Amino acid sequence: MATQPDVTAPGADDAFREEVRQFLAENFPPELKGKGNALASVEGPTQESDAQRKWREAMGERGWGTPTWPREYGGGGLTRRQARILDEEMARAGAYNPIGGMGVMMFGPTLLEYGSEAQKKEHIPPICRGEIRWCQGYSEPNAGSDLANLQTTAEDKGDHYLVNGQKTWTSGGQWADKCFCLVRTDKSDKHRGISFLLIDMDAPGVEVRPIQMISGMSPFCETFFTDVKVPKENLVGEEGQGWTIGKRLLQHERTNLSGGGSLARMMGASLSDLAKKYVETDADGAIADKVLRDRIADFEIRWNAFLLTARRAAEESKAAGGVSEISSVLKKLGTKLGQERAELTIEIMGLQGLGWEGEGFSEAELAGVRAWLFGKATTIYGGSTEIQNNIIAKRVLGMLDHQ
Amino acid sequence: MAVLNEEQEMLRDMAREWATNESPVAAFRKIRASGDPEAFDRDAYGAMAQMGWSGIIVPEEHGGSDFGWLSAGLVVEELGKTLTASPLIATTLAAAAIVLGGSDEQKAKWLPRLAAGETIGTLAIDEGPRHDPAKLSASVAGGKLSGTKAFVHEAHGADLFVVAAADGLYLVEKGDGVSLATRKLADQRSHAEVTFDGAPAEKLENGGDSLLGDVLDRARILTACEMLGMAQAVFDMTLDYLKQRVQFNQVLATFQALQHRMADLFGDLAMMRSAVEGGLQALDSGFGVTRAATIAKAEANRVLHAMSREGIQLHGGIGMTDEYDVGFYLKRARVLEASWGSTAYLRDRFAGTSGY
Repeated sequence: MATQPDVTAPGADDAFREEVRQFLAENFPPELKGKGNALASVEGPTQESDAQRKWREAMGERGWGTPTWPREYGGGGLTRRQARILDEEMARAGAYNPIGGMGVMMFGPTLLEYGSEAQKKEHIPPICRGEIRWCQGYSEPNAGSDLANLQTTAEDKGDHYLVNGQKTWTSGGQWADKCFCLVRTDKSDKHRGISFLLIDMDAPGVEVRPIQMISGMSPFCETFFTDVKVPKENLVGEEGQGWTIGKRLLQHERTNLSGGGSLARMMGASLSDLAKKYVETDADGAIADKVLRDRIADFEIRWNAFLLTARRAAEESKAAGGVSEISSVLKKLGTKLGQERAELTIEIMGLQGLGWEGEGFSEAELAGVRAWLFGKATTIYGGSTEIQNNIIAKRVLGMLDHQ
Repeated sequence: MAVLNEEQEMLRDMAREWATNESPVAAFRKIRASGDPEAFDRDAYGAMAQMGWSGIIVPEEHGGSDFGWLSAGLVVEELGKTLTASPLIATTLAAAAIVLGGSDEQKAKWLPRLAAGETIGTLAIDEGPRHDPAKLSASVAGGKLSGTKAFVHEAHGADLFVVAAADGLYLVEKGDGVSLATRKLADQRSHAEVTFDGAPAEKLENGGDSLLGDVLDRARILTACEMLGMAQAVFDMTLDYLKQRVQFNQVLATFQALQHRMADLFGDLAMMRSAVEGGLQALDSGFGVTRAATIAKAEANRVLHAMSREGIQLHGGIGMTDEYDVGFYLKRARVLEASWGSTAYLRDRFAGTSGY
């Protein structure tokens, strides 16, 4: 993705910081202070308060929710340095980025790289304004880890494609406006028979059924396509290029799923604070259960090493210009540690940490249980840990199947 | 790999080339065969000093280059890859203690000699087999230091000891009142129990109450750099071996059971590198050193431990032979893991300094 060169005139940083502060003072509704960006997450809901809408529109207008994307498509056109200043100032003001979701994390960066001029003009600005929700049509009942085995077909009908088939694990499918989808345009070639197609979720023949998960939530859906007509101009790249484009998008997905900084912020109270609240402390204020204390320290040391790794990867990829295969390492490490943390969290709280619903539990306790269960998905989706291991072994380490 | 400046890249490349050509593991085999208790090659150390490596953290006014800790760490990592036996780390740490705690006079006297490689220094801190700087009984009366220090690294070659007594750090020169008893460890490097019996001692008066802790943090981080080089080397040699060894008419590298173990080690190695480089960067910025040092050494311990075990297992029987290098790394690994803080010690310290 094109980013503005990181060259700054003396004093320009201060001027920009001042501009950001003024913008926040004028536009960020104080009642939203410290609130997260629930609306931009794939789990929905879709209802927006007036204040939330006003904030989203203000940020969308500036393009600051997608700060480094090009201005001509509605992005902020900021340098990385300016984006960092924006981040710092928003954190200082307790403000959140109201623009998010799969359009921002995965689809937008991929379209900026592979889309036609007309496609970028049509699809990127609404993502920058947070008006359109995208979902991902990748997995199928028989195409999970073996994604290229997908069977949803797009038949060439002259002026349109006719799409038939079933997608599954469509995150946020019930709330999405559009779907970026891998479809089969050629049955004779497993990988080169795949194309990347954009489908309206309200087109006739599209049906979405939420799947109830072990967490009790339904963040994923089954999506059925029955004789869905898709205009030809919704093909990204060329026919048969879908696997290449689709894999690129997965690199963006993995970089995001690995967590890093944003995940650290999301996690809230530290494990040690939690342990001090739920477990006895000794006279020095240390956790009295020495075994638990040791395990928390073990986890936190490794978690810190992971955060340092995410930072290092970002610094290195800045030099190399984009996401890379290191994303597989980050995804593998970050998701495993995230799960470990969730297990430790519920263990620290004892049975109080396993409340399902109703009386006797705080909101945080109930949310923790659902997060623990939902988190089991993280080492499965976006390419399971086993798939990441294959990628690392074969592409990074050169341990090939045949030599 | 941290993003380096041009100077640092040149330094690393030079160290890599020198270690590969002049100091491969074969050079250590030769030292081991000689039975010399000093266990390093004076000519080789002279060459290292000539290239400026013993003065990297020493200020320019005292004959060093003041290139900083990241630069020192790059060199140590490269030397760790080939198990180069030298008193470079020990001398750098002794110099660091004087930089932090020495008077102008002490600095002017010792730093140029340490930087030039003329004087070899080392730390003499622990008094038992497990790192425990809270339990020190060495004491000083009338400028004379008495006490016994256990498992002092590079003791045989050392001209100058930085000794921890209950009330602070002291400089003691080898000679009267200093005696060594060799303690040959599995790594077959220089270690000794050093007894100070009324040895003339000069206190390092500056640096405040945290001087010992600050020096130990530097010891943890620089030791972790050697461990990083070792872990990288074991990983590389194991990967090479898996790509060559054929069983069942297939090279081992094509077996998924082995591929996934290497992928796990690769992830661990990435975390270890980040933690160690984070420690060096903390030293150079002067911010958050205690926490960064704990994380660096704890990750170095965890990952090198796993790497050295897997290195043997993945080599199979051949890895158990003295002829193969991988076993040398295993033996050195455990010595370094136990030095300046075991994993258990470091977890306790992390929790304690984090307030839980």
